[in-house]
Amino acid sequence: MSSPAPPNASPQGSFITEEALKRLKTRHAAERRFKLYGQVAIGIAVVALVTLLISIFGQASSAFSRHVLTFDTTLEAAQVDPSGTRDPGAIERNVSGFNLLLQDELAAQFLPEDADRNLQRELYGMFTRLAVLPIARETADRPETVGTRQSFSVALADDIDLYLKGGVSNRTQVKLGAITPVSGSLEDTVVVEFGRDTAGADIANAIERFRAQGAGDNEPTALIQMGQTWFRATDITDTTASLAYVAGARTMPGADTQGAALVLEQGQENRTVTDRQLAWTMLLKDQGRIKSVLNTSLFTNSDSTYPELAGTAAAIVGSLLTMMVTALLAIPVGIFAAVYLEEFAPKNRMTDLIEVNINNLAAVPSIVFGLLGAAVFINFMGLPRSVPLVGGLVLGLLVLPTVIIASRAALKSVPPSIRDAALGVGASKTQSVFHHVLPLAAPGILTGAIIGMARAIGETAPLLLIGMVAFVAEVPDSPTDESTVLPVLIYKWSTGAERAWEPQTAAAIIVLLVFLVLMNLFAIILRRRFERRW
Amino acid sequence: MDGNVEDFTETTTPRQAENMAEMIKVDCRNIDVFYDDKQAIFDVSLPIQDRAVTSLIGPSGCGKSTFLRCINRMNDTIEIAKVRGKIYMDGADINDHSIDPVLLRSRVGMVFQKPNPFPKSIYDNIAYGPRIHGLAAGKHELDGIVESALIKAGLWDEVKDRLTAPGTSLSGGQQQRLCIARAIAVSPEVILMDEPCSALDPIATARIEELIDELRERYCIVIVTHSMQQAARVSQRTAFFHLGKLVEYGDTERIFTNPEDSRTQDYITGRFG
Repeated sequence: MSSPAPPNASPQGSFITEEALKRLKTRHAAERRFKLYGQVAIGIAVVALVTLLISIFGQASSAFSRHVLTFDTTLEAAQVDPSGTRDPGAIERNVSGFNLLLQDELAAQFLPEDADRNLQRELYGMFTRLAVLPIARETADRPETVGTRQSFSVALADDIDLYLKGGVSNRTQVKLGAITPVSGSLEDTVVVEFGRDTAGADIANAIERFRAQGAGDNEPTALIQMGQTWFRATDITDTTASLAYVAGARTMPGADTQGAALVLEQGQENRTVTDRQLAWTMLLKDQGRIKSVLNTSLFTNSDSTYPELAGTAAAIVGSLLTMMVTALLAIPVGIFAAVYLEEFAPKNRMTDLIEVNINNLAAVPSIVFGLLGAAVFINFMGLPRSVPLVGGLVLGLLVLPTVIIASRAALKSVPPSIRDAALGVGASKTQSVFHHVLPLAAPGILTGAIIGMARAIGETAPLLLIGMVAFVAEVPDSPTDESTVLPVLIYKWSTGAERAWEPQTAAAIIVLLVFLVLMNLFAIILRRRFERRW
Repeated sequence: MDGNVEDFTETTTPRQAENMAEMIKVDCRNIDVFYDDKQAIFDVSLPIQDRAVTSLIGPSGCGKSTFLRCINRMNDTIEIAKVRGKIYMDGADINDHSIDPVLLRSRVGMVFQKPNPFPKSIYDNIAYGPRIHGLAAGKHELDGIVESALIKAGLWDEVKDRLTAPGTSLSGGQQQRLCIARAIAVSPEVILMDEPCSALDPIATARIEELIDELRERYCIVIVTHSMQQAARVSQRTAFFHLGKLVEYGDTERIFTNPEDSRTQDYITGRFG
């Protein structure tokens, strides 16, 4: 193209006609168009992926941290170990004893002597019954600490945690400046005077804004903090307000106490956290006893009915055990089937039939394999339900066609000259396959196998049918222990009614994604290792 | 081309006379080969001399390669190929049930059109055959076999310092000599070469031809070639195939100077093919 035209050629050679140029133009246009289509397609895929990741990580971010209360307590032997034997098992089972320690500690700080049961229940409701389980375990591991003073931290109930992370109700904070009580008493109402002129109006504005946003009968609440005491505002004018005692120090605040208002969109009858619980939480927070910590229990705990205690440990181990069984079934069987079909099987109608069926099997909906597993492994062979062994076998059958197809493609891509070379020096068919063809096909086979495993790890439907949806609170030790797997756990968590399940579900999805990424990484490393050029 | 033939005549006539007295190594009788229903070889009978180079020439698709692959039963690996007729090697029928093709191929080596070293080290390429046949008692002996095979293939001096380098890192001509060394390493008696130089440049081709000429002293060599000059240069006997039939077979000198059949005449003078 770049060489100069011969001197005698006309400026426009005979092949550069008007028509040819026109055709060329349409051809280039078509090329540009298809390039654009391709870029658009890739763009859509990238946007979808990024949206997915952002939404999952955005939702999950709150699940990776968690609020805990630190409290110091003396592990009274009478409560912690009533039998006095220092038996670790007995200590661990004595959850209520530890609960009493926590409850006494809170009650001493916040409740009057004559508190009624409802008030107690409200205070103790800031923690779930099992929140002290880690403390019980810790103490059981070190029985010598009984009777000594220890510092512990316990997880706050999911609603409180969610509130601290900004959920539960929309809120706004108003600085009020100095406030002076004028009349009234804590038992009845306290009338106060705002030092700042616009303080009352600020609160009223905030309430008005929420009322305008909110639907129907939602009545915003204004909580007012004065020193260590929390009140609810019942009547507000520009410079004065009538307040009802909610919680905190039971003394009348002095004159010119600095105050702040917390205006919430919903009244407590429409919230999962009551005004009192909020006040207690804020008081504990002001004392620096509530901290946000990394939510390690997400990885160390098993499933629980309480979102703040639920973790993925059992599901991770269950998934690993299931994958192990799947790999043990699908990879060797798949590779040997592929080697036989590709290298040894006679090319006849029977082989064609098998090939067509394998290709069809790869397209069978996975739930059908679940039915097969339930019928064959559980009903006919009598294997236990909900165990990784059965789950692994079902998933193994599910991915077998994928492994066979990928392995056959990899074997097919080994150049026939290598087979000739091996046969030419007198290797038997088997030797040529195992010494030369299979090692060269290994990267492709491994990739196929791992893609198959990646499909298996995300499968939910067939496992539901063999009972792996059961609630499992213990980390399984062997493939014959009851267990669940990550995708099923995600499915279960996503159906949870409480709001706190939402970030928890997203966090579990991230755990599953990390699993997948690790497997793909493993595949890439293996590929690199085994890849040979010729 | 005439020049080549004359060169050949001058240099090889004395050796030729010796070879005539040699015994027949491989005796092919009435070979028919079918691919499914299509017949590729028609009733070919070809006695092949020991310690000589026999070249098979003919236009593309005339069945030379198919015939060559009968001699070490490589056609067995093609499912649709069927071979009829008898091939005797040292008097034994190689298609007999008592002969295992694996053992046959250790005695009949093969070099292919495209250099096809294993994607392993140079050493392992050569050592593979002796290993699977159990020819070496230990590492030391195996080293000896590898060295002598590489020396015989004229590759030793070029690769002795990098025996662990992959065989595929060599140049095309070196790779082909590596393949020849690999064939030699299992101490075959017959070496089949299927257009061994067709993928090589003229200099590499010259090296291979030299090598073939040296190997003639020890082995019975059958070479398929498209180059008539090459056939004239390296072989003592030439067989001309056309449309699956053996048209003419005889001393290379006579085939190229005084062919009996008009088709041979037309082919070697370049009128077709």
